[in-house]
Amino acid sequence: MPEQKPWDETTGSGAISGAGAGGAMDLAVDEGTTLEKTPGGPEGTGPAGKPRSLWSDAWRDLRRNPVFIVSGLIILFLVVISIWPSLIADQDPLNCDLAKAQEGSRPGHPFGFDGQGCDVYTRTVYGARTSVAVGVLSTLGVSLLGGVLGGLAGFFGGGWDAVLSRITDIFFGIPVVLGGLVFLSVVASSTVWPVIGFIVLLGWPQIARIARGSVITVKQNDYVQAARALGASNSRMMLRHIAPNAIAPVIVVATIALGTFISLEATLSYLGVGLKPPAVSWGIDISAASQYVRNAPHMLLWPAGALAVTVLAFIMLGDAVRDALDPKLR
Amino acid sequence: MSENVTLPEQQGSSDGVRERRELLSVEGMAMHFPIYGGFPFKRQVGAVKAVDGIDLSVYEGESLGLVGESGCGKSTTGRMMTRLLEPTGGKITYRGQDITHAGRRQLAPIRSEIQMIFQDPYSSLNPRQTVGTIIKSPMEVNGVNPSGGRENRVRELLELVGLNPEHYNRFPHEFSGGQRQRIGVARALALQPKLIVADEPVSALDVSIQAQVVNLLQKVQREMGIAFVFIAHDLAIVRHFSERVAVMYLGKVVEVADRDSLYNRPRHPYTHALLSAVPEADVDSASKERIRLEGDVPSPVNPPSGCRFRTRCWKAQDKCATDEPPLVQISGNREGHLTACHFPEDPTTEKTGADIVLDPALAQLEKTADTE
Repeated sequence: MPEQKPWDETTGSGAISGAGAGGAMDLAVDEGTTLEKTPGGPEGTGPAGKPRSLWSDAWRDLRRNPVFIVSGLIILFLVVISIWPSLIADQDPLNCDLAKAQEGSRPGHPFGFDGQGCDVYTRTVYGARTSVAVGVLSTLGVSLLGGVLGGLAGFFGGGWDAVLSRITDIFFGIPVVLGGLVFLSVVASSTVWPVIGFIVLLGWPQIARIARGSVITVKQNDYVQAARALGASNSRMMLRHIAPNAIAPVIVVATIALGTFISLEATLSYLGVGLKPPAVSWGIDISAASQYVRNAPHMLLWPAGALAVTVLAFIMLGDAVRDALDPKLR
Repeated sequence: MSENVTLPEQQGSSDGVRERRELLSVEGMAMHFPIYGGFPFKRQVGAVKAVDGIDLSVYEGESLGLVGESGCGKSTTGRMMTRLLEPTGGKITYRGQDITHAGRRQLAPIRSEIQMIFQDPYSSLNPRQTVGTIIKSPMEVNGVNPSGGRENRVRELLELVGLNPEHYNRFPHEFSGGQRQRIGVARALALQPKLIVADEPVSALDVSIQAQVVNLLQKVQREMGIAFVFIAHDLAIVRHFSERVAVMYLGKVVEVADRDSLYNRPRHPYTHALLSAVPEADVDSASKERIRLEGDVPSPVNPPSGCRFRTRCWKAQDKCATDEPPLVQISGNREGHLTACHFPEDPTTEKTGADIVLDPALAQLEKTADTE
């Protein structure tokens, strides 16, 4: 460049004398009126110039992702039949006839009968309700408890953070199945609530860790400092700046955890400490059918298959959401 | 250490140019970040003395440059001035009010008058908020309702910093680095502050964009009469922008002077070395001195005794290790030109005979290059 003293105060007016390509822009700045035109303007906006956020970007990615579409349809189907099981199953899952025990499929009873003579198809359909309820409710509880505690620990740091981190370490040390056997064997309820309570109790530290780490990362960004420099309150900083930016990893982990919570409920029910008959659950059915697997494998296959597909669908959904929310991980 | 440093009042006295009122002053301000270690119980085993007792004043409407190499405490100083960090020592006074340890409520009215522009235009804007929300939030937080509404004010600000007001609803990731920095400037201007601390506002930008942003800041500074603390390590930009310049080394201010004195009549050896490192593109000008320093900056955990620069200074004597030189107006300096040195250099940047090369490896290299 010919003039290599652009910063020299002798240039007077404060304009930087035409340093190559920057010259035209400098004039624009000095006049303060000319606006930057499209070449320098925002890139990547849609034809209508509609604003795009991370969420809408993620949604656009998800809509094109076959993994998301398949898992989403499966989950949608599960949710619908767990709310209205009578849509596809017109019989009562508790209406059993011992005379038909272990019989194979026949018209009107496509999956056959189980050891008590109950219709396997109906029980499998009704079992979805328990699994979805346990999965969704315990995920909500875990996310709320873990997200809030972990987020606060990450934001404030110091002593509370140290205490919380040690508590999560302790909880991580508890073997889940053993803890379930001990904790749930003293509860004599056949509803889903003890199971959900136990999963929340043992599951929150995982989310708390994720939330804490995520908040600490976000907290260091200058925009949080900028908000503080403006005099923003802690709650404003947390709600406006930290939470929206820190929540993505929590959502991802929670979605994947949902699948594992469903299988945990089945495991506990199989061991006889989760849900107890007369409740209808895939875990209970698998447990009952496992003794007769040689004679009547259909009793085991249908509920086990439903469980596997459900867990897989939630884990696939979690993967797809993670890919969409965090493109760097791809 | 703060006692033997010249008080800021002296800088302002009997100087026609600086009849302005003092806006912000710091006295003996220090920031020691603790280092924890030990097992099984962690305890403080030391401290990073990022800033170790500095005295500076910012006057209304002036632009003060703060230069020094990486890690000398420039940014920490800036963050303490905006009270994003609480100093571990010394005193910060804003318009006569001690804000060193002020709480959030006490700071609330001052927050709107001191703003900050950040170095990284990517991390300084919330990616989940639109430009309009970002620029509007200072007004929301401080309950400011400009005539014509907040949205109108945001559009005015966008136009002022050279962005299209129609981009109000866009997200930061849709803008380039330079444009994002302009959004940061607009946010800082939203409350019509008295003082803006700009922490290396152009270091992260392209050279061609740097000029635009510096010009914008200069326009803002002159037209709106906002005082600036301009932190940078680019001496040329500071010379362009700042009326007064402070040079920092290892957590201390070693020299403060108005622009001309500092760039043409530097006294501290470190300032000499710093200035000699500025590349000179004009082949016709008188050749400048060349100083190359030996070694690295000492650790701020355990800084040298006495003068901090003595371990790399070619004029260091025994006195430098025992007595810390005060920041005073030494003989031969103009009014307001303060230097912390026992054995100052001549006030010139002209070449004075042989190059000073303090790095033996470099000297060896040049020798072999000459003989070939």
